Amino acid sequence: MTDLIADRWILDRPNSYIGRSVPRPNAPRLAEGRGTFVDDVPLGPRAGHVAFVRSPHAHARMRSIDTEAARASPGVIAVLTGRDLAAIHDPWIGVLTHLEGLKSAPQYALPLDTATWQGEAVAAVVADSRARAEDAAELVAIVWEVLPAVTDPASALDPDTPVIHESLGDNLAWRRNVDFGDIEAAYAEADHVIEETFVFARHTGVCVEPRAILADWNPAEEQLTVWHNTQCPHMIQNILATHYRLDEHRVRVIAGDVGGSFGIKVHTYADEIATVGLSILLKRPVKFVADRMESFVTDIHARAQTVKGRIAVRNDGTILGFEIDALSGIGPYSMYPRTSGIEANQIVNLMGGPYEFDHYRAQATVVFQNKNMMCQYRAVGHPVKCAVTEGLVDAAARATGLDPAELRQRNLRADDSYPCRSVQGLPFENLSHEESLAKLLEAMDYEALKDERDALREEGVYRGIGLASFIEVTNPSAMFYGVGGARISAQDGATMRLDARGNVFVATGATEQGQGMEAVISQVAATAVGVPPERLKIVTGDTEHTPYGGGTWASRAAGIGGEAVARAGRALREQILRAAATMLQEDAANLDIRNGVVVEAQTGAERIGLDEIGRICYYRPDTLPDGFQSELVATRHYVPRKYPFAFTNGVQASYLEVDVETGFITLLDHWCIEDCGTVINPLLVDEQIRGGIVQGLGGALFEECVYDRDGQMLNATMADYLVPMAAELPDMQCGHVESPTAESDLGAKGAGEAGTCGAPAAVMNALNDALAPLGASRLTDMPFTPRKVLRALGRI
Amino acid sequence: MDTNVDVSMRVNGDPVSRRIEARMNLVDFLREELGLSGSHVGCEHGVCGACTVRVDGRIVRGCLMVAAQADGADVTTIEGLSDTGEIRALQDAFVERNALQCGYCTPGMLLTLAELMERNRAASRSEIREFISGNYCRCTGYEAIVDAFEMARSARSGGGGDAA
Ligand code: FES
Ligand code: FES
Repeated sequence: MTDLIADRWILDRPNSYIGRSVPRPNAPRLAEGRGTFVDDVPLGPRAGHVAFVRSPHAHARMRSIDTEAARASPGVIAVLTGRDLAAIHDPWIGVLTHLEGLKSAPQYALPLDTATWQGEAVAAVVADSRARAEDAAELVAIVWEVLPAVTDPASALDPDTPVIHESLGDNLAWRRNVDFGDIEAAYAEADHVIEETFVFARHTGVCVEPRAILADWNPAEEQLTVWHNTQCPHMIQNILATHYRLDEHRVRVIAGDVGGSFGIKVHTYADEIATVGLSILLKRPVKFVADRMESFVTDIHARAQTVKGRIAVRNDGTILGFEIDALSGIGPYSMYPRTSGIEANQIVNLMGGPYEFDHYRAQATVVFQNKNMMCQYRAVGHPVKCAVTEGLVDAAARATGLDPAELRQRNLRADDSYPCRSVQGLPFENLSHEESLAKLLEAMDYEALKDERDALREEGVYRGIGLASFIEVTNPSAMFYGVGGARISAQDGATMRLDARGNVFVATGATEQGQGMEAVISQVAATAVGVPPERLKIVTGDTEHTPYGGGTWASRAAGIGGEAVARAGRALREQILRAAATMLQEDAANLDIRNGVVVEAQTGAERIGLDEIGRICYYRPDTLPDGFQSELVATRHYVPRKYPFAFTNGVQASYLEVDVETGFITLLDHWCIEDCGTVINPLLVDEQIRGGIVQGLGGALFEECVYDRDGQMLNATMADYLVPMAAELPDMQCGHVESPTAESDLGAKGAGEAGTCGAPAAVMNALNDALAPLGASRLTDMPFTPRKVLRALGRI
Repeated sequence: MDTNVDVSMRVNGDPVSRRIEARMNLVDFLREELGLSGSHVGCEHGVCGACTVRVDGRIVRGCLMVAAQADGADVTTIEGLSDTGEIRALQDAFVERNALQCGYCTPGMLLTLAELMERNRAASRSEIREFISGNYCRCTGYEAIVDAFEMARSARSGGGGDAA
């Protein structure tokens, strides 16, 4: 591993905005309801609205489709099927070459003859309003031949289970085995080998704004314009161009305001691709907005893992090794282009992450199911590997009689051991597990809290404390997807320009999903150039106006997008200073820009305003010396090269109370200490952490896509699918340790997923701690519903 | 069969009249007929609260009411409340406290909190949480929203009910 030496110039700038809770430039307009989400884009009367006919069956062949009645329905423009669309697009296959052996079948915008999950779009009705399209969709008559549905991952590979895609030979999407050290030797040496099985329900993101796309094909220009609430405009541009056989410069993707995404809006959804095809075929704008039922049965689901885990530990608490066997049932296809193998891959790669141990064996099996598609949702794989690791660590604490905090302290990777590699071989640059845990224990007053818990037990009040240390993948390099052949950019670009009045325009390939990207960009840009943030105009989410970039995923936008802006800002400052030096007949090295004014670097004395520089360069270049050409635009790109990811770390704690009569769990307190390197905006980081924690709590306590044996999702409404609401949540306390990455000047790592990663594990451990004195059986099957709690207590 | 109806109402102070399909709900009417896209649609079955608007002084779910039911009513949306300045303190607190992330739930949340400000300005944290427990926010985890309400009520300009 090469040692990196960072140049922290950006942190040393005068009037720095880094580390300050500056407000977000886009927040006031959202607070006035004046955002522009896809469904807000004004439409002319020619626009078509699509309603999809969706399969009522989990697995069924279409014998025939009769569209005549639908075509005659009022307002209908067209009724089209998979075969109509197949004429103009190429199918896709969701595999990556670095997930060796992962297989999937070709997927079309609408299937040609067989529906493979309940809710899959099979025909499209376009009408002059969505309501009339829905009316007509009910008139599309399909004769179905119902096929047996594969809905139990455990039996998906049995010889008598039907195979979903005959061309693939079996229902195995992917299997990965790894073996490091000698786990059998660890078992032989251990005083305790503890085995537990952990279950993680299928759940989903429930963005309050549903998926939406508005496609407008202009045949005269051969130009496709798409408004899409995607996290990755450039990726979608590439995908649409590739599969509709267009050149990329003929495709423009605009992602305006996005109403939450959390990984849900980073994928290639067949119904969205179909909407684009409808616009091409009908030569008019066509809009699709998923309704809530469609969202539940088509927005990707995630987790759905059953993991058998083992830990080998000595009496003194030394962890010797881990072993896992994970089984996951994905959808009928692997999702494109990120695949449905990454969740399992992350679990294998990241198990045991915070701890020092030498022996590890893992198997992950991913099987196809006739259920909705599965793919990456916030903190992909992390809540699973964290809960399995931390659940086993707590089991080891019980077996050895050590306090859970103490056992962790004995095994966490030492803060002075970096750089180093995990047992799986992943490089860690610099983490702070020990300091983070110490800070956490202090913040929660661990010993006093334990006393309180114990005292209350005497009174029949059952409270529990749970800890969860974790690592988190952020700032991914091209090693994440690019290396596997996916055209997903790991780099980001930023273009900055001084305008004629001395204001600065910033265009970035990173995108805003509500996480506060625009604020982060404005802070970095303002600091790098030396202007106040109100003098910036930020442009994101438009492939025609921003440099090529990856968008938002895997906690990358601030660390990678922000770094590109830092570098572009520095370059622009140097260019401005060259112009200023020419005007002032001064050495550029003696000048700086502060607060929008060129000053003497030593004294801070003001020399010339940026407005004046803009005026002279753009309107009176004749007054500048011969041979001097001002350049007031700078573009820079950035991608991490040395480390495949910037790992972050943290630790969470949960304090909760269980009502042993009803099984209800009340969350009393939650803490998170997290290390995302340089904190650019403390307010935004903390709110990312809190929002992330709550999504983790949802998975732990409430959220589950319930399927019956026939592959019918039974709770596909917001009233039936429970998520955490305001009244059920505690206030959450956040704290930070800062270990900046030396790979970038800014030193920022990602913060958007850490909350989701650790929360379920902390709650699980707290719950089992609360129930321990009652002799309850261990609860490791999420979500922890009151019924499961009562069952564990033997009350039902 | 003609399924259209005439509706007239006052929206953000302006009189409006349209002939619409009888089944059109109020939030679609506001968004599609009037271009008031600040009220959002998250579920269309009355659960998420993103479509919350004010009708004759009380908040309602715009997806559960057909527009024709609002015939003759006085309807106020986030755009109207923004323009009159009635909820300025709440909006400022939302921005300052980062009580909105994606902003999709925010208009509904603000209308709901404006009503709480009027009914129970001194609400405790748990009362605030209870009052917004019919409004989904998937981004914030709600804590910042509760904080923002507390900030707005202690801001000198007041948060609601004392608009000029
Ligand atoms: S859209 Fe009306 S409550 Fe959800
Ligand atoms: S801010 Fe995104 S749903 Fe509330």
